Amino acid sequence: TKCVHLSPVSLSEVTATSRHYVDRLFDPDPQKVLQGVIDMKNAVIGNNKQKANLIVLGAVPRLLYLLQQGSSSSELRAECAVVLGSLAMGTENNIKSLVDCHIIPALLQGLLCPDLIFIEACLRCLRTVFISPVTPVQLLYTDPTVIPHLMSLLCRSQRTQEYITQIFSHCCKTPEHQTVLFNHGAIQNIAPLLISPSYKVRMQALKCFSVLAYENTQVSMTLVNVLVDEELLSQVFVRMMQRDQPIDMQLTAAKCLTYMCRAGAIRTDDSCIVLKTLPCLVRMCSKERLLEERVEGAETLAYLMEPDVELQRIASVTDHLVAMLADYFKYPSSVSAITDIKRLDHDLKHAHELRQAAFKLYASLGSNDEDIRKKITETENMMDRIVSGLSESSVKVRLAAVRCLHSLSRSVQQLRTSFHDHAVWKPLMKLLQNAPDEVLVMASSTLCNLLLEFSPSKEPILESGVIELLCSLTQSDSPALRVNGIWALMNMAFQADQKVKGEIVRALGTEQLFRLLSDPDSNVLMKTLGLLRNLLSTRPHIDQVMSSHGKQIMQAVTLILEGEHSIEVKEQTLCILANIADGNTAKELIMTNDDILQKIKYYMAHSNVKLQLAATFCISNLIWNEEDGSQERQDKLRELGFVDILHKLTQASDPNLCDRSDTATHTSLPLSFSFSLHKTDAHKHAHCVVGY
Amino acid sequence: MFSELGPVDSSMVDLLPAPCRSPFNSPLNDVFLWFSHGDASTETTTCPGSSFHTALTPQPDEHGEAPAPGSGPVGHGKNHKDAASVRATHPIPAACGIYYFEVKIVSKGRDGYMGIGLSAQGVNMNRLPGWDKHSYGYHGDDGHSFCSSGTGQPYGPTFTTGDVIGCCVNLINNTCFYTKNGISLGVAFTDLPPNLYPTVGLQTPGEIVDANFGQQPFVFDIEDYMSEWRAKIHGMIARFPIGERLGEWQAVLQNMVSTYLVHHGYCATATAFARATETLIQEDQTSIKNRQRIQKLVLAGRVGEAIEATQQLYPGLLEHNSNLLFMLKCRQFVEMVNGTDSEVRCFSVRSPKSQDSYPGSPSLSPRHGATNPHLHSADSPTCSNGVTPPNKNKSHNKYPGVSSASSSSSSSPSSVNYSESNSTDSTKSQPHSGTSNQETSDSEMEIEAEHYTNGVAENSSTRIMNGTYKHQEILQAEDGSLGNGVADSCASRQLCGGNQAATERMIQFGRELQGLNEQLCREYGKNATHKKMLQDAFSLLAYSDPWNCPVGQQLDPMQRENICSALNSAILESQNLPKQPPLMLAVGQATECVQLMARVRSGSCSFARVDSFLH
Repeated sequence: TKCVHLSPVSLSEVTATSRHYVDRLFDPDPQKVLQGVIDMKNAVIGNNKQKANLIVLGAVPRLLYLLQQGSSSSELRAECAVVLGSLAMGTENNIKSLVDCHIIPALLQGLLCPDLIFIEACLRCLRTVFISPVTPVQLLYTDPTVIPHLMSLLCRSQRTQEYITQIFSHCCKTPEHQTVLFNHGAIQNIAPLLISPSYKVRMQALKCFSVLAYENTQVSMTLVNVLVDEELLSQVFVRMMQRDQPIDMQLTAAKCLTYMCRAGAIRTDDSCIVLKTLPCLVRMCSKERLLEERVEGAETLAYLMEPDVELQRIASVTDHLVAMLADYFKYPSSVSAITDIKRLDHDLKHAHELRQAAFKLYASLGSNDEDIRKKITETENMMDRIVSGLSESSVKVRLAAVRCLHSLSRSVQQLRTSFHDHAVWKPLMKLLQNAPDEVLVMASSTLCNLLLEFSPSKEPILESGVIELLCSLTQSDSPALRVNGIWALMNMAFQADQKVKGEIVRALGTEQLFRLLSDPDSNVLMKTLGLLRNLLSTRPHIDQVMSSHGKQIMQAVTLILEGEHSIEVKEQTLCILANIADGNTAKELIMTNDDILQKIKYYMAHSNVKLQLAATFCISNLIWNEEDGSQERQDKLRELGFVDILHKLTQASDPNLCDRSDTATHTSLPLSFSFSLHKTDAHKHAHCVVGY
Repeated sequence: MFSELGPVDSSMVDLLPAPCRSPFNSPLNDVFLWFSHGDASTETTTCPGSSFHTALTPQPDEHGEAPAPGSGPVGHGKNHKDAASVRATHPIPAACGIYYFEVKIVSKGRDGYMGIGLSAQGVNMNRLPGWDKHSYGYHGDDGHSFCSSGTGQPYGPTFTTGDVIGCCVNLINNTCFYTKNGISLGVAFTDLPPNLYPTVGLQTPGEIVDANFGQQPFVFDIEDYMSEWRAKIHGMIARFPIGERLGEWQAVLQNMVSTYLVHHGYCATATAFARATETLIQEDQTSIKNRQRIQKLVLAGRVGEAIEATQQLYPGLLEHNSNLLFMLKCRQFVEMVNGTDSEVRCFSVRSPKSQDSYPGSPSLSPRHGATNPHLHSADSPTCSNGVTPPNKNKSHNKYPGVSSASSSSSSSPSSVNYSESNSTDSTKSQPHSGTSNQETSDSEMEIEAEHYTNGVAENSSTRIMNGTYKHQEILQAEDGSLGNGVADSCASRQLCGGNQAATERMIQFGRELQGLNEQLCREYGKNATHKKMLQDAFSLLAYSDPWNCPVGQQLDPMQRENICSALNSAILESQNLPKQPPLMLAVGQATECVQLMARVRSGSCSFARVDSFLH
C-alpha cells in the first residue's frame, strides 16, 4: 500500500522540479536565467520524460524568446539553442511540438548572428529537427535567402559543414529541391568537403551528392567534370569505394556513381562502373553485410543495370550473385527464432525489405538475357518464392515479385516450362482482382506474356474468365492499363478459335472497340488494330466478323486512313484491309467502296515503302485468280487504274515490293503467300512482349 | 604496393625464367604455352635456358606418355590423354597471405579445352588441373570448376580467346576464387591444402596462354582485395575481446608506459605519469637521473665523459664488460674524428659556451625523421611485385655485397641481415658476407623476408631510436643552444674540429685503442667483430672528407643510439633491473609471434604486421 501512495507523489515531484526549471527562465536576473538554462540542459540530457515535461510546461516558447532576444548574451542564446537541440533528440512528438512552436524560422534567423558557437548550436538543432520524418522539408525552402546563407556558412567550421550537408541530404526530396540546391552552387561548395579530414563531413557530403545526382541529368553532367584537389570527382568516389573503407562510405559512393551513370553522365562500359561500382554493389549483397546494407545494395544494383544487358551479364557471373540472392529469402531464419528474440525481431523487420530487394534485383538481372533467366529459375525454390511473393501482405513485396515474374515471362522457354509447372497464372489472376494500379500494370503486362499463343498457361487463364477482367482494364484511366488490357486481348485472339474471338467481341462490345480506335494513346490504338487484325484472320472468321460488324469496321478504317497517324498505325490499318480482302464475302465490302479503293490506290503510290507494300497486298488479295468473281474485280481495278500503278511498282527499287507487284500483275501470287503475310505479321504483333 | 605479395616476388624469379616471349613445344607438337618475360632486371642471375625447361616442361618423360616425335596435329586433343599441364617451379608460399596470378588466353586453339588452377606436387601433369586428387581447375570450355574430380561443378562463364582469367588463393581462409576480365567470379574452392603450385593445362591444338605473375599490371584490382583483408585482420586485432579483464589490462598498460619512461630516463615525465596513475616507480630518482645523464653524454657524442661517469657511478661495470667498453672506446674514437668528444673539444678555441652545445647532435632530430624509413607510417609504399624501389633505406648501401642471388629481391635479404645485426644487441654484429645470406634458403626467404623487411629486430631499434629521438628534444630544450650547434656543425666539418692538437690526441687515443684490442685478444682470443669495428673506425682517417666516404656513416649521430641503449641496458642489468622495458619485450614477443605464424604457414600473418600498430 505504501508503494501505491508513493508513485503519485514522486510523479508530482518530477513535475514540480520541471516547473522549477521553467520558472527560472523567467527570472529578472539574466545571470540566473543563464544558470537556469544550463541546469535545464544538464537535466534533460538522455531523459525523455523530462523533455516531454518541459515541453508541456511551455519551456519551448520561452527558450525561443530568449534565443531571439537581441538583449540576451551570446552565451545564453547558445545555451538555449543547445537545450532546444537536446529536446529535439527525444521522441517524434517532441519534434512535432518544436515545429509547431515555429522553431525552424527562429533558428534559421539565428544563423545570421556572427557568433560561431551559437550558429553551430542552431545548426545542430536544425539538423536534428530536419532529419526527423515528421518535419515537412518544405520549411527549408520557404525563405529563399536560407539556402544561400547555409552555403556561405559551409566554410565556417567542420561542424557547420557536417550539419548543413546533413540537412541538405535529408531535405532534398524532389527534382525542384535538387534544382534549388544546384542553382545555389551546392556542387562547388560541397565538393571540397569530400576530402575533409573529418570522416563525418566526408560522409555527409557524399550523401548530399547521392541525393543531388539521383535521376538528375543536370547535376550528374556537372559532377563528372568537377575536380577535387585536381582529381576527378568520379575518381574520388572510386577511392571511397575501396574495400578497406567503411561500408557506409563504399555504399554511398557506389550510389553516387550509379546515379551519375543512369543519368547518362558516365558510360555503362566505363571501367569505374564495370570494375568498381558493380562489384562494390555485389559485395554489399553478401551475407557478411548488415541486412539494411544488403537491401540498399541490391536495390541500387538493380537500378544500375536495369537498362544495360552487358552489366546484367557481368553481374550475373560476379561472386555468385544469383545464388547469393537466394539467401535474402531465409529471414527470419529458424535458428534466430529460438536463440535470440532480439535477432528475430530484427530479422522480421527486414524480411519484407530483403525479399522485395531480391525480387527487384532478379527482375533487373533477367530482363534481357535468356541464359540469366534460366539461371534464376533454376535457383533453389525460385518459382515457389515468386508464387508466394505474389500473395504476400506487403504491397512492396507483391509489386517486386510480379516485376520479377514479368521479367522472367519474357522467356519463351520459361513460359513453356517453369511458369506452367508452377501454375503462376493462379496467384497472378488473384493479384489482378484487387490491387493498386502499379501492381496492376505489372501484373497485366505479365498476363500479356502468359497469353501468348505458345504459352501452356493460356488455356487455363481463358477458362478462369479473364476476358471480362481485361475488358475492364481497357476502360481504365491509366493508359498503361488500357494498353495492357487490349494487348492481352490481342495476344489472346491470335489464332484463337471462333468461340474465343466471339467472346472477346461480345465482352468488349463494339462500342468500346471503336472507342479504343480513337484512343489518344497511340500504343492503345496500335494494339486495338492488332486485335482487329487477329480477329480478322482465317477466311471463315473474316467473313463472319465482317458480316456482323463490317460497316463499323470499314468506317473506322476510313477514319484512321484519313487521320493524322503514324506510319505504323496506317500500315497496321492497311494490313487489316488486306485481311478483309482475303475473305470470301468480306472482300465485296472493299470492292463496293470506291472511297476505300481510292485510298488503297493512294497508298500504293505513297513514298513510304511499308505502306506501299501493305496496300499492294490488299490489291493482290482482291485480284486473286482462283476465286469466284476474280475476273470482274480485276476488270474493275483495271478500270480504276491499278494496273498502271502495279507496272510502275515492278520497276520499284525495293526488291520486296517489286516482287509483290510483279506477282500481282501476273495474278499468280499464291494465296498461301498472301495469307502467310498476315499470319506472320499477326504473329509478329502477337509476339510483341511488353517492353517496359 | 604489393607488400603482402613480397615473398612471392622472389619466387617470381623462378616462375619467369624466359627472358623473352618464347613459345615452346609441349608434348603435343602444336600445343604450346608461353610465359611473357618479366622485368629484365629480374633475369640477372638465372640461366634462362635451363630453368626455363625445368619450370615449364610438363615432364612427359616421367609418365612416358609423350607422343612420338613427328606425329602431326591430326588426332590430337581428342581426349583427356592429350592434355598437358605446366606448373610453376615453386609452390605458393603460405605466409604470403593472398596469392594471385592471371592467365591471358592468347588463342583458344581448336576447342578451347583449357584449365587454369592449382595442383600439389606429384600430381599427374598430363591431365588438366582439377581432374586428379590435390588438383583444382577452372575450365574454359564449360566454365565448370573441377575440385579433384573428373566431373565439374557449374561455376562461372566459359572463357576464350582474349579473356584474362585470374586465380586468387586466399591462404587466410584457404579458399580460391577466379576472376574473368577483372570481375571476381566468387569462391570456387574451399579447404585448400598447403603448398599448391599455380598450374595451367591445355588440351587441343593451337591453345596459347600467357601467364602474368605480377610483372605486368593485373586486370583485377588485387590490391583492393588485399586492402580489405588487411583491414579485416587489423579490425580483428583491434577488437580482440578482453572480456572481464579490462581493469587488469589498464594496470598492465600503465606499468608498461611507466617502465618505458623510466628505462629511457624520462625522469620528470615518469614521475608525473606515476602521480597521475597512482602507480609506483621501482627505480629511485637518482638512479634514473644518473642513467639519463650518461645517455645524454653518449647521445651528444661526449663518449669519453660518459665512460668516466659510468666508471664513477657504476664502478666495475665496464671492467666486467670489456666488449661494451671496447665499443664505447671505438665510438669515442669516432666522436673524436667528429670533433665532438670532450677530449678533442677542450682544444677548441671557439666560444666558451660551446662546452654546453653539442655540434652535430642537434641536427639529429630533423635528419632522423628524414632518413629513417622505419618511422614512416605503415602505408608508405613498400616493395611492389618484383620492383625494387630505389634505396629507400640508406642502410642498404652499407652492404652492397649482400644483395642476394636475385637482384629483384635485394631489398629484402639485405634488410634481413641488417636487422639481425641490430637484434643481437649490437655487441656481436655479424659479418655481412654473401655466404651468410646464402644460408637462408630460397623458400625460407620467400616466406620470411616479408617479415624481416622493416620488421622485428629493426623494430626494437626503431623504438630505441624513437625513444632517444624524443630524448634529444628534451636535451635541446634544456640547452637552448640549438641554433649555434646546427650552424656550427653544418658550416665547418673538419677532422677533430680542425685543431692540430686535437688531431694528435686523437691519433694517440687510436694507439691506445689498438692496444686495448690487442690486450683483449690476448685475454679472450681473437674477435672478428672487434677487428671490423676497429678497422671501420680507423678507415675514417684514410679519407680527406670522412663525412663523405664509404665508411662515413659511422659519423652520423644516429649511430650513437645503439651504443647508448647497450650501455643503458648494461647499467640496468647491473642494478638487477630488466635490461629491456616490458613494452619492448611485448613488441618483440608480438613480432616473434608473427614470425612463428609465418613459419607454421598461417596466411593471416602477412597482414598482421607489428609496425603497422606502432605509430
